[in-house]
Amino acid sequence: MDRPIKRDFKRPTHIDDYPVGPQYEAGFLAEKNAGWRTFRPIIDNEKCIYCLICYLVCPDGTIIKNDGEIDVDYDYCKGCGVCAHECPKDAITMVKEEL
Amino acid sequence: MLEMKKNNIFISGDEAVAHGTRLSRPHVIAAYPITPQTITVERLSEMVENGEMEADYMHVESEHSALSAAMGASSVGARTFTATSSQGLLYMAEAMHYASGGRYPIVMMNANRSVALPWSIYGDQRDSLSLLDSGWIQVYVEDAQEALDMIIQAYKIAEHAKVLTPMMVNLDGFILTHTYEMVEIPEQEMVDMFLPKFDTPNKMSFENPKNMAFSSQPDDNTEFKYQQNKAMFDSIDVIEKTDQDFGEQFGRYYKGMVEEIMCDDADAVLVTLGSITGTVRVVAKQLRAKGLKVGILKIRYMRPFPEKEIMELSRKVKAIGVIDKDISFGYEGTIYTNVNSALSKANASVFKKNFIGGLGGRDITKAEIEKMFMDLLEGIDSGKQATVEFFNLKVETND
Repeated sequence: MDRPIKRDFKRPTHIDDYPVGPQYEAGFLAEKNAGWRTFRPIIDNEKCIYCLICYLVCPDGTIIKNDGEIDVDYDYCKGCGVCAHECPKDAITMVKEEL
Repeated sequence: MLEMKKNNIFISGDEAVAHGTRLSRPHVIAAYPITPQTITVERLSEMVENGEMEADYMHVESEHSALSAAMGASSVGARTFTATSSQGLLYMAEAMHYASGGRYPIVMMNANRSVALPWSIYGDQRDSLSLLDSGWIQVYVEDAQEALDMIIQAYKIAEHAKVLTPMMVNLDGFILTHTYEMVEIPEQEMVDMFLPKFDTPNKMSFENPKNMAFSSQPDDNTEFKYQQNKAMFDSIDVIEKTDQDFGEQFGRYYKGMVEEIMCDDADAVLVTLGSITGTVRVVAKQLRAKGLKVGILKIRYMRPFPEKEIMELSRKVKAIGVIDKDISFGYEGTIYTNVNSALSKANASVFKKNFIGGLGGRDITKAEIEKMFMDLLEGIDSGKQATVEFFNLKVETND
């Protein structure tokens, strides 16, 4: 399935740039919801067998399927570690974020 | 222009609201019955059931659910109606801020009724006036005909692209909801010409998907509230224009934000809201016949507030009294607070008095209104301070 295209969000500079009420076109990420991530999943695509269990278990839908390679959308990943725990090949390592 | 056929029927205020709603062709009605609004929603459910209306009638379990369901329906682009009163309105309070912040142009009828305790099913205006800050346009009507007409106007005002704000049509419990009057029912074709199809930018759509009713960070919240406040001020022109257009098409023009009655050469003016205006009209005419220069300012809209009209009035009269069928405990009547704010901005040097009464359904008599006018006339040039008075206490007090 194609992921929706994420478009760049420009902050409004004039009041007319605001939508009428809190409803806005889909496809924009006004604020990254990943700021509280303590550990980041790192995928070793050499070990990965593309079983897609991580894709199924990720609670935030952040796993990107990319022509046989797996990637993570770190704009959304909260670092819960479920993917690393469930990976049958231990191909995902949780690495502490550096502040 | 279609030829207007007269179709007058003898109905209650509640039924007049039901007819106004039917003629406005809402797609969804979500309401919970409460005295004295019940007849309205009973009639509407009958109209849906027997095919007079093509609407979905949602039976919900509470007023909070009624307004929440109306919001959901509005967010898919449906014209929606709800109705309530008193405790029910207060139970909706959380959803009311939601609806106005979300810019869902829902129309609601509110039958003005007192608020417990003491428990009372009878009328006053403490319910809706306590929700002035909820972001809804509030109009108050004087009779059943105006109630019907304002439901139709309300959709046109609320749904206007510059407004997109929910609107509450208030009518006094029992005095209007349960008394019968001759009411002219407009032709459906003429209402269709007056009221365009509902269209809103705020709807769920597969073609133009939206992230709806989202939260905001401190960075944006003030801007959203600025915008909401601006829309409320912008509604003033829309209210005037809609009322004028309605008058041209249906022959009934209600004078927009306020109606001035015999104010041009008046010394003392009583400010009224809702059905009490009718009684005050009778008294004012009697006093005029005796040569006393009295007038009435019938406030129609409490939000947006007719500040400009009140400031102008203060420049031509000498005394202004405000009848409040409500009390903000520890201060004064809420209508008076609002009127007084406009008067202070105009640097008005009029004699002022706030008359609190008619609470919990107590009638306001002609004799009491005459006394109010006399108090105002006597107050002119007396040097007396403005006072707040419970005018119809039936016992002695320790004051």
